[in-house]
Amino acid sequence: MRQIWNTPGGVHPPDNKEQSLTKNIGHLPLPEKLILPLTQHAGTAAKTCVVVGEKVLKGQKLASASAGISAAVHAPSSGWITAIEERSVAHPSGMSAACIEITCDGEDRWIERVSYPNYQQASAMQLRDLIADAGIAGLGGAGFPSAIKLDSGTKKPIDTLIINATECEPYITADDILICERADQIIQGIDIVSHLLGKPKTILIGIENNKPEAIAALNQHCQGTGIEVVYFPTKYPSGGEKQLIYILTGKEVPSGQLPADLGMVCLNSGTAFAIKRAVIDGEPLISRITTLAGEACGVNRNYEILIGTPVSHLLQHNNFDQALCSRLIMGGPMMGFSLASSEVPLIKTSTCILAPSHTEIPDDEPPQPCIRCGLCSEACPASLLPQQLYWYSRAKDHERLQSHNLFDCIECGACSYVCPSNIPLVQYYRSSKGDITNALATKATAAISRERFEFRQVRLEKADIARESKREARRLNTEQAKKMSPSTTQSTGSSAADIIKAAQLRGITKQASPEQQKAKLQRTLLAAQMRLEEAQQRLVQVTNKGSAHQQAQQLASVEAARRKVEQTTQRLTEVSH
Amino acid sequence: MMSLLTDNTMLAALLALVGLGTLFGGLLGYAAEKFKVGSDPIVQQLDELLPQTQCGQCGFPGCRPYAQSIADGDAINKCPPGGQSTINAIANLLDISAPSLDEEHGEEEIRTIAYIREDECIGCTKCIQACPVDAILGAAKLMHTVIADECTGCDLCVEPCPVDCIDMLPIVENIHQWQWSAPEHSADLIATTASGMHEDAA
Repeated sequence: MRQIWNTPGGVHPPDNKEQSLTKNIGHLPLPEKLILPLTQHAGTAAKTCVVVGEKVLKGQKLASASAGISAAVHAPSSGWITAIEERSVAHPSGMSAACIEITCDGEDRWIERVSYPNYQQASAMQLRDLIADAGIAGLGGAGFPSAIKLDSGTKKPIDTLIINATECEPYITADDILICERADQIIQGIDIVSHLLGKPKTILIGIENNKPEAIAALNQHCQGTGIEVVYFPTKYPSGGEKQLIYILTGKEVPSGQLPADLGMVCLNSGTAFAIKRAVIDGEPLISRITTLAGEACGVNRNYEILIGTPVSHLLQHNNFDQALCSRLIMGGPMMGFSLASSEVPLIKTSTCILAPSHTEIPDDEPPQPCIRCGLCSEACPASLLPQQLYWYSRAKDHERLQSHNLFDCIECGACSYVCPSNIPLVQYYRSSKGDITNALATKATAAISRERFEFRQVRLEKADIARESKREARRLNTEQAKKMSPSTTQSTGSSAADIIKAAQLRGITKQASPEQQKAKLQRTLLAAQMRLEEAQQRLVQVTNKGSAHQQAQQLASVEAARRKVEQTTQRLTEVSH
Repeated sequence: MMSLLTDNTMLAALLALVGLGTLFGGLLGYAAEKFKVGSDPIVQQLDELLPQTQCGQCGFPGCRPYAQSIADGDAINKCPPGGQSTINAIANLLDISAPSLDEEHGEEEIRTIAYIREDECIGCTKCIQACPVDAILGAAKLMHTVIADECTGCDLCVEPCPVDCIDMLPIVENIHQWQWSAPEHSADLIATTASGMHEDAA
């Protein structure tokens, strides 16, 4: 027997697991509609690759993983895409998110499955791609995409593979029953992962000792495989990744680091089963085992549900009594969250639907003041100071919260569980974590705004300088032009004659070139000659039948016209020379 | 030389003091140049606490000028976008008591972002010129649009728009931005007075 280590803190809530273990894994009739959120995993939403109205087959990819941390989504049954829109999803906020709706055709017809029964010959890269293509995300509840977890990248080589079959949360028996019924397939899945990781030296399955049948099943199938089954006393939350690693190896994952930094990978047993399905059977992740428990349900049992099945469909087939139910919880009683509506779909991370009666999980009692009893510090599995964190959270003292390692809190709820004053401690921590994350994000955007503002100031300044220098250049140009024509600068006499003379001079300087002057004079000459001819004609008319006065007038105008012609001719000859 | 100094102690003292003075003066002068602080560090710190909305509601053309002014002794409660939390942070930095927001400069409102009703935009570029963080895209006689991620919600583009096609809309929270709210504090039931006013008792 391997040595096991004891984690600090922890609590022993009644485990309530026997209710759902009386029956084997059940199956539900196909629901009319399946709703598949694009975010069922930790990370960014998947990208839709189907359109409304399209006919899809069971196992067909509906949305592919986007860049970064993401996982693909597949059709759990055949049918038509009837909507791609925002639907209310299983999330503590009760808000909506993008979903794909499939109206099932009832045929449940598979797409052609590509399987790799000879995975031993496949490279690590191929296996990882297969797992990524199957959309597998951690089935223990956190939903971290498995392909990314199994990509150690440039980090330390993985020498320890830990399979988490702890299932420490009360009521949930999904992993337990899966191991009891399909231990062989889980072991196959573990072998695939071990092959992918380059055969780690140590492969451990961690399980609590309240599951004797599962331990027996595992022991039976692990014979001669080199996989070691380690069982340890029940304590909540032994199933936390960091807690389990400590229990099995005595090593602590440092704050802000990942198990991979210690050369370890930790996978849920359900995930190992899903990996076996993906690689050996060619079936993507379209179903999971979910526990239905609680006194408000007539039947407490584990079901292999299709992902996307509405919670209401699950409840309908189990004599659910709304009047009896105090609230509907997704996940366990310690870490789960209340559902706002039973129309939300079950997703990859839905380990359990809990429908407790009012006596089973009563409504929260009003919180009382903290009496500084210190029970929370004793219960904290991460060795934090919950009481201090509570005060700092109330005071919104972000600096102190961070220096007291708020972000190492795993939100297990042990502190709230033991609090004699019913203080919802975890809610304070979650809220403060959100506040700090938001404050950091705001700070980052403010820094960008400052940069943009300063850049704009610099740009405007540069434009100003450019404009100023242009203006200066123009001013210099005019000054130079003034200097070039000194006559204008000299004629600053005060008398009227001087001003006229200056104006005349300016007129001359303004005059056009000789050619232009000549053309102008020629035009003037032509006009004058025409006027002279007209005047002479009128004179002839007037001499025939006009008065003497008129005759004299016409004579004068002819004379004036002739003078103008003479003057113009004279100027023209002057200019020509 | 030494005998001259030992004979005239007064001269020796004088020389020593002058020598020391020159030496340390030189050292200080060198240090002042070598370790010169470029800009006032307190202004930098204040600027970092301000929300960088660049809205000018404080009466200064941007956050940094206001930071400079606070460093010169101006009131710290002139920033409505930052609100009480910014005032508290500045008060904490300057180690003074935090006043409440000066209503003259505006009230603390929920954060908004500018949206251009693009059908109505005539492409006058007035809003582009008004935007302090260059968050509006567009060209003359072409439709303009706001880069929502860069908008600080300063309101400065609304007023210059000749066709009033800019709306300031509150930021819609989606499922990714959602965060747990803090539990409501119930009355601390210990040590209440007869009237039930626990504040009195505290």
